[in-house]
Amino acid sequence: MPMTRAQVLDLYYMDARCKLIEIAAFLDRVDRGTGEADFRLDAFRDAMQHLAGGEPRRAEEVLRSLSDPTEVPVDKAPGKGAVGAWPGRGA
Amino acid sequence: MRYIEPHGHMVSRTTDDYLDMVTAGCAAVCEPAFWAGFDRGSVDGFRDYFRQLTEYEPARAAKYGLPHYCWLCINPKESEDVALASDVLGIIPEFLGRPGVLGIGEIGLNKNSRNELRVLEMHVDLAARHDQLILVHTPHLEDKLKGTRLILDVLKNDRRIRPERVLIDHVEEHTVRIVLDHGHWAGMTLYPISKCTPARAVDILDVHGSDRLWMNSACDWGESVPLAIPRTALEMRRRGWSAEAIDRVVFQNPVRFLCQCPRFRLPA
Repeated sequence: MPMTRAQVLDLYYMDARCKLIEIAAFLDRVDRGTGEADFRLDAFRDAMQHLAGGEPRRAEEVLRSLSDPTEVPVDKAPGKGAVGAWPGRGA
Repeated sequence: MRYIEPHGHMVSRTTDDYLDMVTAGCAAVCEPAFWAGFDRGSVDGFRDYFRQLTEYEPARAAKYGLPHYCWLCINPKESEDVALASDVLGIIPEFLGRPGVLGIGEIGLNKNSRNELRVLEMHVDLAARHDQLILVHTPHLEDKLKGTRLILDVLKNDRRIRPERVLIDHVEEHTVRIVLDHGHWAGMTLYPISKCTPARAVDILDVHGSDRLWMNSACDWGESVPLAIPRTALEMRRRGWSAEAIDRVVFQNPVRFLCQCPRFRLPA
């Protein structure tokens, strides 16, 4: 049985409120920083647009937005790590 | 409560974690081969690691009454060196008949390179030739969606592979559906930052059902929580899941998949 909306709010509202303020504070912190930002900030702002969507697929859409959309293997691994956003989107 | 930890890198955990897991109801732990945090330089380094996984670590777990199983492979993070990978694959059959060896894993992709893909195909071939279960690692973060698609293509193109004998791990909201639609099992990894939180994992169960899904902590030397499964079971209980439904996800589902390996014994 799915939870009622009120039950969801009772369980998760304070946690989501906290994370929302953390995001706001993160963006403020970036603004106060010096120097140039990189592709990750643009990717983050693009991904945030999906929060305003009207369908309950926002998490999936945010993840897709931050993903490499290409289909062909790269010639050589450029290292081992991932950074959470695809650098080619703004290129 | 009883549960199975189907993915824990216990060689990088302390014995305190074994104690906590058993106290919380862990009935068996399964340890895939993974990256050590640095690239190993020789095939003998992997032979030692496979001995650790099949000899030393089961003995350490047994001190806490916990059955320990493992998967063997060279991790995708070390797959750029195809020659070394080929040599490592050559010694894996020496270990496949050992008690506690579940199959080939965690294989897959990391940065979706051509060499990684080649080594993945070699692992799939090894598994097919030796009739082994397969555990697949999907890439991190921005590489996951593309890598998952490439992995599914490799598995689909090898007609010897039965989808129900493959578990594709680290799924999230954007990859779980395509994995299940290909007939595979899917694993959700419960990480504090980079994969699924307990709340999101339960969301995925709510949306996609619990038929071929399991959860794991994938605890290793990075930010991870060895008790992530019991904590997620608590999340399920808070959201109204029955004890039976929780047991199905955290115990019965892993048993259903792992029992396809004759070396896996149902925990007492």
